[in-house]
Amino acid sequence: MIPFTNFESRMIKLPINNVDTDQIIPARFLKTTSKLGLDKQLFNDWRQDPDFVLNRPESQGLQILLAGDNFGCGSSREHAPWALTQWGFRAVISTSFADIFKQNSLKNSLLPIVVPADVHAELFASDGPVKIDLPNQTLTTPSGREVHFEVDQFSKHCLVKGVDELGYILDQEANIAAYEASHPAPINALV
Amino acid sequence: MPRTIIEKLWDSHVVHESPGAPALLFIDLHLVHEVTSPQAFQGLRDRGLNARRPDLTIATADHSIPTTDRSLSIVDTIAANQLAQLETNCKDFGIRCLGVHSNLQGIVHVIGPELGLTQPGMTVVCGDSHTATHGAFGALAFGIGTSEVEQVLATQCLLQRKSQSFQVNVEGKLKPGVSAKDIILALIAKIGIGGGTGCVFEFTGSAIRALSMEERMTVCNMAIEGGARAGLIAPDETTFEYLKGRPHAPKGADWDAAVARWKQLPTDEGAVYDRSVSIDADALEPMITYGTNPGMGVSINASLPDPSQITDAMARDSITKALAYMGLEGGKPLVGHPIDVVFIGSCTNSRISDLRIAAGLLKGRKVSPKVRVMVVPGSQEVKRQAIAEGLPEIFRAAGCDYREPGCSMCIAMNGDQLSPGEYSVSTSNRNFEGRQGKGGRTFLASPLTAAASAITGVVTDVRTLL
Ligand code: SF4
Repeated sequence: MIPFTNFESRMIKLPINNVDTDQIIPARFLKTTSKLGLDKQLFNDWRQDPDFVLNRPESQGLQILLAGDNFGCGSSREHAPWALTQWGFRAVISTSFADIFKQNSLKNSLLPIVVPADVHAELFASDGPVKIDLPNQTLTTPSGREVHFEVDQFSKHCLVKGVDELGYILDQEANIAAYEASHPAPINALV
Repeated sequence: MPRTIIEKLWDSHVVHESPGAPALLFIDLHLVHEVTSPQAFQGLRDRGLNARRPDLTIATADHSIPTTDRSLSIVDTIAANQLAQLETNCKDFGIRCLGVHSNLQGIVHVIGPELGLTQPGMTVVCGDSHTATHGAFGALAFGIGTSEVEQVLATQCLLQRKSQSFQVNVEGKLKPGVSAKDIILALIAKIGIGGGTGCVFEFTGSAIRALSMEERMTVCNMAIEGGARAGLIAPDETTFEYLKGRPHAPKGADWDAAVARWKQLPTDEGAVYDRSVSIDADALEPMITYGTNPGMGVSINASLPDPSQITDAMARDSITKALAYMGLEGGKPLVGHPIDVVFIGSCTNSRISDLRIAAGLLKGRKVSPKVRVMVVPGSQEVKRQAIAEGLPEIFRAAGCDYREPGCSMCIAMNGDQLSPGEYSVSTSNRNFEGRQGKGGRTFLASPLTAAASAITGVVTDVRTLL
């Protein structure tokens, strides 16, 4: 995984609650067997509207998505964070995220940032660049207000160092083997 | 300390806990399907890893599979490639695959229980958010992303943070015409689609105890639509009776030992939940969704919300946007609204009891000539049982299109879909914009409501036909 570095960007604003992963990338694009090329299908159906925020010239190259409550609900498809990161997003800001989307994002160097309602409202009302500092867990609003955000320490470590979780789990081989030895297989799916 | 079933399941699967890191949790059953696994298998190949426990892993083809005659070749070459890829991946990694031509193929959440693979006390995962279905057996079952599919394939473990426990207590007795689907739609309408975020639901109460296993699966299936990653029901005699004799269920002395273990699972007297909510089963009415997320639901005769009455700006905009997409007016009931399609199927409602209930209403009746009605059994096994009971004839005589097993119009990946602007009453679980086809508009409801609406051609309160 690519280490997550601090950055600054203006925001793309999507003032819609409960944006689900079927909107982020519709199911008919999930027949692919690759992770790549999904940026073209990001918000595909909403992008049919030429005035949709992602289509505007001033949105190009921006790295932060500011969204309504409960972003990423619905299907567990990891194609959603793949599409978002391939488009160029590195952080999504909301008041809350659906559990699976959040976990999927953290595994793909996409930082889900939860902010309180007042900061959320301030961000929607402002326009300049937002600064994101993961080691210090701060977000600086365009007006210069520094806001602390929560991120669990393990995910932070993995993001900042670019550690991938699978490597970490593989290192626990001895523990896994010990567990297996003391727990007979509950089923045998192969019969 | 008294513990909830959720804590018991958690405690018995922790492989290791290190300070500052999530717990490492062992996974007893890993279900795989064609859509969320190719990139995971590729990841294993890139690292030169094997599947650690193929004996605890099973695959099927369901999402992108056509529901037309299986002897025909698959027209969609991209889907065909994905399905072929699943077979190759399973072969290469030694995983049993109930693929396109298997006589055990079906929707992943239908076949797990049917084969007796899903058992009380297990941890079950699948790269699919409706894995919560398996919680009906008293298992901790949740959906995962593709990176996690790769992790489980490689290590049979996952890094997990403990969820909060959320008791959903449903007391009372359901009235005729009201079903398990209405319980879960009512819960989601009550707490909202983010209401259970960070939680695992435990469904308790007399109304839950009275449900069959298939009905319990319908309830747990939609835990994710309430924001919870998992939902479960403590095992009891209903559970044991369902499981006994299934192909992968324990046999003989192993069975007795397993039942003795399973009886230890229910939540202890005095255990405390982090959150709770109750639902009065006596007062429940048939439910239907009107909007673009499963939380936008009302009882069938109630008026839809009127945006002008909503004070919070973003909430008002969400409802306004949803009503505009759905082509509906706030403040009026949905009953009587014309529909174009009825879909009876999906991992929520495609089991034999769902088909029986729909057939019971359709027997001797005709569906409206204005409505295209698709009935899609959840698995080959459901299909066989339906034939044995003469259900396909009833559906066909009523004018329904009775198809081959798969996810079909629940996700509309395989060409079974709505045209832009069309309305469906669907027994599936998601009504997001475009979920059943670009521009399609979905009303989620029970199989009874779906069958009733198929007959009349408009959104119908089934109790008027009983
Ligand atoms: S039937 Fe629908 S919800 Fe269920 S697994 Fe298939 S696509 Fe997912």
